[in-house]
Amino acid sequence: MNIAGKYLLGLFAAAVLFLGATLPVAQAEEDEYSGSRATIGAARPSNPKWVSECGACHLAFPARFLPAESWREMMSGLDNHFGSNAVLDEETAREITVFLVDNARRKKSRDASGNMPKRITESRWFMREHARAELRVKNNPKVKSMANCAVCHIKAEQGDYSERNIKIPK
Amino acid sequence: MFRPLHAVGLLFAVIVGMAAQPALAESPEGLLESLRAEASGTAGFQGFSAARGETFYKNKHGDDWSCSSCHTLNPAAEGKHAKSDKLIKPLAPSANPERFTETKKIEKWFKRNCNDVLDRECTALEKGDFLAYLLTIKK
Repeated sequence: MNIAGKYLLGLFAAAVLFLGATLPVAQAEEDEYSGSRATIGAARPSNPKWVSECGACHLAFPARFLPAESWREMMSGLDNHFGSNAVLDEETAREITVFLVDNARRKKSRDASGNMPKRITESRWFMREHARAELRVKNNPKVKSMANCAVCHIKAEQGDYSERNIKIPK
Repeated sequence: MFRPLHAVGLLFAVIVGMAAQPALAESPEGLLESLRAEASGTAGFQGFSAARGETFYKNKHGDDWSCSSCHTLNPAAEGKHAKSDKLIKPLAPSANPERFTETKKIEKWFKRNCNDVLDRECTALEKGDFLAYLLTIKK
């Protein structure tokens, strides 16, 4: 390998080390709150279609917030997606479903009545995590809905739900 | 645990993602012309009207939402999804040059939003009036 090649390789190695040093730290913390440890040490799973399609109308909710069965059911009923018709073309829907299912919550997840959760906010783990927060934001018009993650989780768009990045609006 | 291969994959994905940005396929004016061609086939068509488009944009059509419920009364301003509060970039091409430049996206959003606001697809006349109105909006 010539000198330029070695130089490039060095640069690349430095970039890789940098990524390795920064990503897992933030990751380890947030996974406590989702209950899933499957993604620790890996980059936050992402997919451009998931970002552009799901993220067009609401925050692109992380796959690890619902189990695979919930995602499958949601993605097969997009013609009535909580009251809206959010149908995607077949290819896009398939790609997003695979992405969501592959990165879904691994632990068993149930809603309050013991059924498969249809919404993230109705999952037991979510309600447990947010029991106190829910009381605090109950009458806060800036919050509106518990599905509005990014109001308090100020880095939710980047997939960061860690405790230190929570700021409840007054 | 750190896996160098994951980082390589991530870098690769970023590079590919940047290269895959779709080219601008349309212009708002071009879209208006093709809508005009479509609408001129309907009986009594006498051209688009920005005034009609404005009324259409600001009024409800039998359902809970109007266009302005999410895009606000000023199409050059940033909007907010009526349910999720998600930020929406300005709709008027003068304020957001990316609007109405990609055919696939245009069709998708007309279909989806007309469904949310009118419970049906919009006609070429409605789309043309609406676009004619948006094109009169200055930043």
